[in-house]
Amino acid sequence: MTPDQGAENEVRLELNGITKIYPAVIANDDVNLKVRRGEIHAVLGENGAGKSTLMKMIYGVARPDAGEMKWEGEVVHVENPAHARSLGIGMVFQHFSLFETLTVVENVALALPGNIDLRDLSIRISEVSHKYGLPVDPQRLVHALSVGERQRVEIIRCLLQDPKLLIMDEPTSVLTPQAVRKLFDTLRQLAHEGCSILYISHKLDEIQELCHVATVLRNGKVTGDCIPSKETPESMASLMIGKELPVCQHEVPTELGEVRLRLNGLTVVSDDPFGTSLKNIDLEINSGEIFGIAGVSGNGQQELLYALSGEEPLTQNEPIVICGEAAGRKLPDARRALGMGFVPEERLGRGAVPQMSLAENVLLTAHGGGMLNKGMIQFEQMYEFTRRCIDKFDVKCGGEKAAAKSLSGGNLQKFIMGREILQMPKLLVVAQPTWGVDVGAAAFIRQELIDMRNEGTAILVISEELEELFEISDRIAVIAGGKLSPPKKLADTSIDEIGVWMSGMWPDSGKADAKSGERQADA
Amino acid sequence: MNLDIIESILFATIIAGTPLIIVALGQLIAEKSGVLNLGAEGMMAMGAVAGFAVTFHTGNPWLGVLAGMVAGALMSLLFAVVVLTLMGNQVATGLALSIFGGGLSAFVGKPYESEVLEAVPTLRIPLLADIPVIGPSLFNQQPLVYLAWALFGGIVWFLYKSRSGLLLRAVGESPSSAHSIGYPVIRIRYMATLFGGAMAGVGGSFLSVFYTPLWVEGMVAGRGWIAIALVVFATWRPFRVLVGAYLFGGVMVAQFFVQGSGLDINIPSQFLSSLPYLATIIVLVIISRDQNTVRLNAPVSLGQSYRPDA
Repeated sequence: MTPDQGAENEVRLELNGITKIYPAVIANDDVNLKVRRGEIHAVLGENGAGKSTLMKMIYGVARPDAGEMKWEGEVVHVENPAHARSLGIGMVFQHFSLFETLTVVENVALALPGNIDLRDLSIRISEVSHKYGLPVDPQRLVHALSVGERQRVEIIRCLLQDPKLLIMDEPTSVLTPQAVRKLFDTLRQLAHEGCSILYISHKLDEIQELCHVATVLRNGKVTGDCIPSKETPESMASLMIGKELPVCQHEVPTELGEVRLRLNGLTVVSDDPFGTSLKNIDLEINSGEIFGIAGVSGNGQQELLYALSGEEPLTQNEPIVICGEAAGRKLPDARRALGMGFVPEERLGRGAVPQMSLAENVLLTAHGGGMLNKGMIQFEQMYEFTRRCIDKFDVKCGGEKAAAKSLSGGNLQKFIMGREILQMPKLLVVAQPTWGVDVGAAAFIRQELIDMRNEGTAILVISEELEELFEISDRIAVIAGGKLSPPKKLADTSIDEIGVWMSGMWPDSGKADAKSGERQADA
Repeated sequence: MNLDIIESILFATIIAGTPLIIVALGQLIAEKSGVLNLGAEGMMAMGAVAGFAVTFHTGNPWLGVLAGMVAGALMSLLFAVVVLTLMGNQVATGLALSIFGGGLSAFVGKPYESEVLEAVPTLRIPLLADIPVIGPSLFNQQPLVYLAWALFGGIVWFLYKSRSGLLLRAVGESPSSAHSIGYPVIRIRYMATLFGGAMAGVGGSFLSVFYTPLWVEGMVAGRGWIAIALVVFATWRPFRVLVGAYLFGGVMVAQFFVQGSGLDINIPSQFLSSLPYLATIIVLVIISRDQNTVRLNAPVSLGQSYRPDA
């Protein structure tokens, strides 16, 4: 797609020399950016490149230290988000800014000025959701919505304010391929109606498909402007990370070893009223393979992970067999002792204790490796292991004594992956291995997983990013509505097929009743 | 048991529950915004002594209630500055406020220790008060009893019908989301905290001006704590606060009645005195064990400091 005669179109937003300095880091350094009417403008960059900070300043959540912002030709100082909204700027946040215990209509009302009749607003929500193909039920509580539905609520909330500029921060990280296509249709329709869109992403293929123009950021600076349709993913990647995009070396597995993880009819009734119960899951993962589980979040991944990690032990031993030993009732530490490593989805809180140092976080799961002597901490070993992990996995941090929460998401993920990998587990269970991690680091983590597989580790990867699963898995299955589809060899399936399965429709699925987010609002 | 006794037990129950309702509803508002103020006991004590002193000097119990309200609000302002502006720990600050209020009220109230106020006459509501049994006990009551009911109605309306109430709930659930869509989280929390303090002051002044009516050091006797517990065990829902408060009042009065009746029973009086606390908590725990309800009503950010990033 090409910009429709961009030059004659009026410039809607113009940033000149925007600079933002945080105590430890220059988040934005002399950034210039022009967005025209009806233009879908990509802001491309790795995690920590300063994209989100830049957007926060446009939306009035943060203020620039230098530089000026022009809105429709006039210099403005955006005081706060309400001011931005009154100018016609709307934003869909990466980590949604919704209130879970409120209904959809209440959430929308909070973002609109003045006193609003909730009944009228429900009708308006239904109208907008119809017009743009964003089905959602105004009366439902947000916590009961799928991630895709939540995103729609955020979009509708913006659309109700007739925005002239819509900022989308990493909008596709949580959607199925089909939902992504729908979202793109909606965005194109909006752009066609004259709305400008700032599209923040690090996914090159999406930007090529959707965006007219791209501005690339690296370390807070603009490294280039380009027209994505005229670039190759490689050329954009080199603008973004300053070097060639690393490619994973993925050979076909030679032969599989023994079964390292076996699930025998794993059934877990969730006691969380908003959770998903697991229904009769069978699975076998052998040494030397990567098994991927795809699915839209909220379809039982959390429950499966809790059952596997031992955070929610079962009442029986038999359904989970780890390295030949029935372990359903074992607690996390006992499962680690059997040779299982585990990387949860939430880095802070489950993967690492935010306030504790990296070294102390190492001790939490890696204490088996000689770091304890009769219950006393061996500080030398602990620091040595931590330094090794920091070096090998190129973790950018303030040393082994830095608090876990001081690291950026991507760096912390590298650290946690490193911590588990260095323990050389026989079985590794990983959730969202590269969620929010930049391209370079993501490729690195994937390569590490593949290398581990080649050395004979059995790896289970649960991810919502299909491309990732297709890049590294040997076999793949889908979880939907708490049921697991039959596994497929990667060569025998396609992204489209798995995408359809993600809504619960695989052969003999007996209608898995997926929380696919494809529900009609009026159903 | 004759009707007169039932009538007087019911009458006394309503009165005993009233300060708890006022204080707990005030705390409910503060907690819905995410602020946990454990200083209710101290704020009530200050409200009680201020109310008593002003009523004693002016002879006007309503000026006393007003003074109690101001005293409670000032105490909570102190708390709010520490936890909302200086980002102090809410639990520690609240505990300190309780101790501080207890001590300060004893100091301020020393001159009034042997004084007694005139009892404030009850306010009879025509017609309704003529209903047998419940009429005289519910509708020939202390004026503040009616005020507590009005407060209850007002708070239910505010929380669930008004936009401001929606905003308050939103701030308590996710201050960062509220901030990112442009609401002044800290200012909203200040207002909610001040309201909580003002109501604690009113509850305290009710004790010293209407209920006893005299001032004794330590006369709040744990009611501030039970009010905080009520809010939690009522899963932050106003109606359950009401039920819990009257339940507490009822058991309190019933055990007084048993102790005073001279009935020959072999139960230590200490056990009887602890019954209201036990009964209230047990009943509320039982009616509130539904996880779903708790998750939908508990303010997620309760007790956590929030610092908006600029």
